[in-house]
Amino acid sequence: MIPELGYGATVAAFVLALWGAVAAAMSARTGRAALLRSGERAAVGAWVLITACIALMLYAFLTFDFSVQYVAVNTNRGTPFYYRITALWGALEGSIVLWSWMLSIYTLIVVVQYRRRQPELYPWVLSVMLGILAFFLLVMTIPAPPFERLTPIPADGRGLNPLLQDSGMITHPVALYLGFTGFTVPFAFAMAALVVGRTGEEWITITRRWTIIAWYFLSLGLLIGGWWSCHVLGWGGYWAWDPVENAAFMPWLTGTAFLHSVMIQERRSMLKLWNLALIILTFGLTIFGTFLTRSGIIGSVHSFTQGSIGVFFLGFLALVLLGSFSLLASRIERLRAEGVLDSVVTRESMFLLNNLFLVAATFTVFFGTVFPLLSEAVRGVKISVGAPFFNLVNIPVFLALLFLMGVGPLIAWRRASGANLKRNFLKPVVAGLVAAGTLRALGVANGLVLTAMALVVFVAGTIALDLFRAVRARRRSGDDWGAATWGLLLRQNRRYGGFIVHLGILVISLGVAGSQAWSVQKEVTLDRGQSMELAGYQVRFDGLSGSEESNHAKVTGTFTVTNGRAGGDVLHPAKKFYPQEQTPIAAVDYRLGFFEDIYLVLGDFASDGSHATVKLQVNRMVSWLWLGGLVLTLGAALAILPDARRPA
Amino acid sequence: MSTSRLRWVIPAAVVPVLVLLAYGFRTDPREIPSPLLGRPAAAFSLTTFAGTPVSLEGLRGKVVMLNFWASWCVPACYEEAPALERTWRAYKDKGVMVVGVDIQDKEEAARQFLARFGHSFPNAPDPTGRVSVDYGVYGVPETFFIDRTGRVRFKQVGALTDEIARSHLDVLLKEPS
Repeated sequence: MIPELGYGATVAAFVLALWGAVAAAMSARTGRAALLRSGERAAVGAWVLITACIALMLYAFLTFDFSVQYVAVNTNRGTPFYYRITALWGALEGSIVLWSWMLSIYTLIVVVQYRRRQPELYPWVLSVMLGILAFFLLVMTIPAPPFERLTPIPADGRGLNPLLQDSGMITHPVALYLGFTGFTVPFAFAMAALVVGRTGEEWITITRRWTIIAWYFLSLGLLIGGWWSCHVLGWGGYWAWDPVENAAFMPWLTGTAFLHSVMIQERRSMLKLWNLALIILTFGLTIFGTFLTRSGIIGSVHSFTQGSIGVFFLGFLALVLLGSFSLLASRIERLRAEGVLDSVVTRESMFLLNNLFLVAATFTVFFGTVFPLLSEAVRGVKISVGAPFFNLVNIPVFLALLFLMGVGPLIAWRRASGANLKRNFLKPVVAGLVAAGTLRALGVANGLVLTAMALVVFVAGTIALDLFRAVRARRRSGDDWGAATWGLLLRQNRRYGGFIVHLGILVISLGVAGSQAWSVQKEVTLDRGQSMELAGYQVRFDGLSGSEESNHAKVTGTFTVTNGRAGGDVLHPAKKFYPQEQTPIAAVDYRLGFFEDIYLVLGDFASDGSHATVKLQVNRMVSWLWLGGLVLTLGAALAILPDARRPA
Repeated sequence: MSTSRLRWVIPAAVVPVLVLLAYGFRTDPREIPSPLLGRPAAAFSLTTFAGTPVSLEGLRGKVVMLNFWASWCVPACYEEAPALERTWRAYKDKGVMVVGVDIQDKEEAARQFLARFGHSFPNAPDPTGRVSVDYGVYGVPETFFIDRTGRVRFKQVGALTDEIARSHLDVLLKEPS
């Protein structure tokens, strides 16, 4: 019953979304309000039906309805309760359902927010968003139906991919997809602005908050993904330049560029064409990412399965890129800049440089990701470029971006005087150099780390100096320090929200630099009772024990870790044997600290427990990545608060 | 550049990228040829669920279709199961032996699977996983076609169909032993 109900709801939702897209566009052309209302009702109807799909799927998962193929493949009777819920988006078909659902929610919010406020742009925005939603529903209808019926009905299912049975998998896809789908809103407004011919600053002002929200969720999704790979995969890293990671990183890069370049358009009426191109590119890259992960054209540890779905996505990508760039090109006369670049040492040119670097980084990541295809097409050999390529090219770019992060927000618009430069940057530059010198004296020899630290201190210095001066100015009007700071943050929330996001990025940068330079690991085979030592830690192997869990068998090691200073700590890394997997899955045990995390990964072992191989990783400053994520959250929240300065 | 020219150049710029991606469909990153093809098949001797021994050595002179499966393998093993039985019935008198190897499974579930599809060819569990390792089984189902001289000749990854089984078996049966 559920397969038929679900499929029916999917098809109906597709028809509604398609009709809504057409009706909204027709109403914009003819001005008939009834059509627009019909389009809105279609949007609501599509949302209701997709929600029903999700409810049906959850019901099927919770009741082990193996007549639904997706349920049979992604769960079995032993799958714990939580993972029966997250299995909903654990594989290809379900991930598209989640995607559509989020997109339908964004569409509803747009309807509620803008139906009265933006009479001219709104019908087109609705049409574009429903058109995109219709595409995802089409995918759910033809190449990747989540409600495929399975006959005969098996007694038990296959079970969820064990790597996905982790708390990170509850939040990572949700955050990532909220980011991906979120960029649909600014894209839809950009398209509407092009169609209507209102290519000024309006669409940018309207979508500023939307862009921040999408950007924030994308950042969060990337960070949680790093957290997941760190403590589930057990290879000691949070980032591997894997094609699928790159697929999520590229829209983040162009989205970041877009967030910055729109400020120049708002302020100086420049870069109109560029901003439109950037949002098209960002949205296109979110679709490209989905295409890459689901088409199977490039091998990756994260890939979903293959099938005709890739053709659908490529077709849609072609439609989006050709359609929107043609639209852009047809409006080219209207997109001439009104302002001009007055001088090189200005905020405008710093922002331009920032954009150039971000787009260059996007290009290199794109190039590296599709390189296997390129080399096969040209030379007939499939060659992958690995982390060394990405690091070599991108590290200098990211260092340059850090530098610009310090300069950009504080240098004057139009023309910076020597006095402006000295006032804002002299002290931070000195602070950065002193910090690097101190670290050097303390014995840090890694040039890259020293450069990164100097830049981080410099940028933090510029932010601190600016904040200090602004608070001091407010203090003159009688507030105490706390009230002055708080008032300032709320009053200039956009500016200081941005600064706090920058601080978050600085903290993350410290984490990246520190962990790359200082993390160590060692793998040894220990007899029971024997110890090994690494970086001041002693690890003693105390024995193994076996247990039978609901959906797997587990061998747990007991290791006592001491580090001289404190007493011993007992860690339990394990290996899980899932019947449906060829290779066992490591369950990493870890202790997180401010400067140091320790991770223990159990390797091979003797079944009598007499000896075991264990890998100890001492990962330094990785926690700063997660800490930076928290700071980022505060900054983004502050930046999207209603503008206090705007008269009510 | 003139405005009218830009109108074409801007959208045309994305075409090469799209063509490259479309080219990707022609290739399969996971297609790794089995190094076993043409090599002598690894010997095995197992005990079937029915309790009788089955070994590759004892099947010399026959064409062997060696199928790796598991009861939790949804849906591919369920899809191919009827085709396996049909192939067995059609070819058992022509010098073909079908052997199923059940890997990483629970015995109870495996027996239910066999009963459901009424498999009449020998099926044996691989309790130590030794056979699946020797054949480099990456996932289930995988099917190996072994000729009369004991060499692996074809490998099918994913669900087997009547047509695929027939095409491989007919080739191997035509060869002199």
